Amino acid sequence: MPRISVTVDGVRHEHDVEPRVLLVHYLRERVGKVGTVVGCDTSNCGACTVLVDGESVKSCSVLAVQADGSEVRTIEGLAAEDGGLHPLQQAFHECHALQCGYCTPGMIMAAVDLLENNPEPSEQEIREGLEGNLCRCTGYQNIVRAVQLAAKAGSREAEAHEEVPV
Amino acid sequence: MTATAEGRLAEVGQARRRREDAHLITGRTLWTDNITLPGMLHLAIFRSPVAHATITNVDVSPARQRQGVVAAFSGADLADDWGPLPMAWTVSEDQKSPPHFPLTADKARFVGDGVAVVAATSREAAVDALEAIEFDFETLPAVVDMEAALGDGLALVHDDVPTNRCFTWRESHGDYAAARDRAEVVLNRRFVNQRLIPSAIEPRSVVVQPSPATSEFTLWSSTQVPHFVQIFLSLTCGIPQQSIRVIAPDVGGGFGSKLDVYAEEALCLTLAQKLGVPVKWTETRSENCQVTIHGRDLLQDVEIAAMRDGTVLGLKVDLTANMGAYLQLLTTCIPLLGRYMYPGIYKFEAHDLSCTGVFTNKTPTDAYRGAGRPEATYVIERIMDELAAELGTDPIELRRKNWIRHDEFPYTTVAGLEYDSGNYEAATARALELLGYDELRAEQERRRARGDVVQLGIGVSTYTEMCGLAPSRWLGKEGYVAGGWEAATVRVLPLGKVEVVTGTSPHGQGHETTFAQVAADALGVAFDDVVVVHGDTRTAPLGLDTYGSRSLAVGGMAIVRASEKIVEKARALAAHQLECDPDDLEFAGGRFSVKGSPDTTKTIQELAFASFVAHDLPEGAAPILTADAVVDPETFSFPHGTHLAHVEVDTETGMVELKQYVAVDDVGKVVNPLVVEGQVHGGVAQGIAQALFEGAVYDEDGNLLTGTLVDYLVPSAADLPSFTTDRTETPSTTNPLGVKGVGEAGTIASTPAVVNAVVDALRPLGVDDVEMPCTPMHVWQAIGAASGGAK
Repeated sequence: MPRISVTVDGVRHEHDVEPRVLLVHYLRERVGKVGTVVGCDTSNCGACTVLVDGESVKSCSVLAVQADGSEVRTIEGLAAEDGGLHPLQQAFHECHALQCGYCTPGMIMAAVDLLENNPEPSEQEIREGLEGNLCRCTGYQNIVRAVQLAAKAGSREAEAHEEVPV
Repeated sequence: MTATAEGRLAEVGQARRRREDAHLITGRTLWTDNITLPGMLHLAIFRSPVAHATITNVDVSPARQRQGVVAAFSGADLADDWGPLPMAWTVSEDQKSPPHFPLTADKARFVGDGVAVVAATSREAAVDALEAIEFDFETLPAVVDMEAALGDGLALVHDDVPTNRCFTWRESHGDYAAARDRAEVVLNRRFVNQRLIPSAIEPRSVVVQPSPATSEFTLWSSTQVPHFVQIFLSLTCGIPQQSIRVIAPDVGGGFGSKLDVYAEEALCLTLAQKLGVPVKWTETRSENCQVTIHGRDLLQDVEIAAMRDGTVLGLKVDLTANMGAYLQLLTTCIPLLGRYMYPGIYKFEAHDLSCTGVFTNKTPTDAYRGAGRPEATYVIERIMDELAAELGTDPIELRRKNWIRHDEFPYTTVAGLEYDSGNYEAATARALELLGYDELRAEQERRRARGDVVQLGIGVSTYTEMCGLAPSRWLGKEGYVAGGWEAATVRVLPLGKVEVVTGTSPHGQGHETTFAQVAADALGVAFDDVVVVHGDTRTAPLGLDTYGSRSLAVGGMAIVRASEKIVEKARALAAHQLECDPDDLEFAGGRFSVKGSPDTTKTIQELAFASFVAHDLPEGAAPILTADAVVDPETFSFPHGTHLAHVEVDTETGMVELKQYVAVDDVGKVVNPLVVEGQVHGGVAQGIAQALFEGAVYDEDGNLLTGTLVDYLVPSAADLPSFTTDRTETPSTTNPLGVKGVGEAGTIASTPAVVNAVVDALRPLGVDDVEMPCTPMHVWQAIGAASGGAK
């Protein structure tokens, strides 16, 4: 069995894993990161989305062995160490962008990547950017609003940084 | 918004952000599949690969030899361990209810029918071992077409159910034949309300932990109905009710698909009992598509009789409803739940309705968001648009001519149900304004005149629905085995916090927030001082759970009633301590004060502590400020609204684009506008999905072709526009809060609005119906058929 070393939410883990184990099952069953969930078996729903080396990835479509040597960030590692919510988490709460909450971890992680690549997306860019994440409760409208709100918070933060004298 | 005596805003009406969110946005969740227990075994189920077959041999012994396998059983091995799964509704005297066992032993009746089960030390080992099971069978012809199924000589899904007919019921209100004779216009249509896969994003999951020392079992399930699961599993598995504790932890959506008692719940309980260790089963998405109940699947033959001036006279509807292979908990009653809604909001003088239920070799159907009412609303709102087209009148004008006016409530419809309140005029006026109706009609004319390739359509749906599944007496009369009351316990704890225990079981609806708002107002305490407890038969032993837009309209009333009892108990104690007559006390903002002496007061929280220490209670009073209430409403509430869809249809490619969607709903008084708006958004999206995207497709051998999310198109954010929503507010007169349900309204309203819009766009081409979902292919076929071209 191959031995892998993966850093998950800032903690390094080493495990022997069967080559066929998917990253999502490794995270849930070996590392105990059950905040990341499984919603389908065809990589359509996106509920299992995490960041691998900063890029959003459906963790059901990656083998655990492929993540060897990588940094994985899950929904459980998104808030600040002092518990302060990430702007997207805050915005999802503020905009009522979740109901049952099952798609939420994947939706938020996909949105983190979306805003990294496009800090000021239009509504259509948000809708297309989250196309790989299914939600059955919200009709997406409040999710779109939440991403817009977080984007605004992000740009305010960026402006604040720029204003700091060098 | 109203203010309380202390200047605090009333909680009811405030857009409180949800308490539920904190753990959901940070991944600190307790989904059933997250649960791992020491020594836990994982179950995997061997399912029939064919739709219809006689089972000749199931040999599980090779599977037992596989690595990690602890046990394996066939349906025959377990036949003595259980009775049939529950079927809770008998809709007619002739209803045939063949038994449905957790694993089948004689025949396989649909692709996915459970045949055998493996218990192993890991999920992978259990799944691997399924390959070793030997399954021999003789294939039988698959019964896939409902109408053919009813013919003579076809294969029988159940050998003792001739012509696969489960039931037929019919009813008649007024003299339809006379109305038809008098009518100047009679229109006939067949609408096909296609089969849908509910697709909650969390697959089902069950964990059972036996406690051998006490012979008790704790069962966690991704269910909407923990109380149903407890009582019905007790009957199926022969385990005393009080020995089964059912917990619905975080539940990832239901939409009716988790309003059931499933084979896998019985299987997990039985194996945990047999093996004496914890067991777990979690559905794959493919299993979810295949074996979790489906929704809709009706043929709807409708005839409307009217005068040339647009006055409607009579409505005749004949339904053929697909039960699938077995009767689940509520399968037979779904068309029945819609039966009162076929006349919609209109004043018909006569109405005939019939329904035949049919067994086929497909997944069982059952309640899916709206359960019978979306199907009924689809028929009436589609046929009203067809009638408007036939008469050459505006669809809004036709509705206006026939609907119940706001000053005519309460109004008893031709179907015999009394609608409590509504204002269709106000909701419609607002919706037309928000859409810009007149300007769009003008643009539509321009495009029609120039023969534009991209045509514009406007669809109307002025819906109502009955919700708050309750009145037990009504449910009994209709053939249901249970009631519809709801229970609550309210306790003011000694240190001042309030605990509200509800018998409803939320799975995304936000009860922890909204019910706290209701209780905070009823007791005059701060929102932050109230916690809501639910979803565990140990802590909330009484309840009938969450479905049918009932939680607030029924469960919320139990909380109000229990709170009133607390206030009365506290009043007696306050009077005793303040040495006055109880009638001399005023109660406002959580504080009793003596009339005329406003500084002489006791708060309800001070009284809770006094009641707890019980040093100085009135003669004969019992300690502790706690009260139970069980509420069984007399009738339903009737939300309504006007939804308008604006689409563009490319007449060359058949592509439909939903440009604009306006929803003006009247759900009575609103406890939390944020939560209500969320429910409307999600409901509308699900109804649009039926109109444009979703449909479960089987081949002629009964194989489900849409068995994954690759093939079954649950819409993504990119497939939907933002909706324009607003509300009118006509309080319900059937409950003290004046609330109506909202969970299903959007789904009920939106499907006909969108299809009406698509047909409206294509009307100049001679199209008068498009098969749902209105995919480019179906639209293109409809255009082709209308122009006499090849299909």
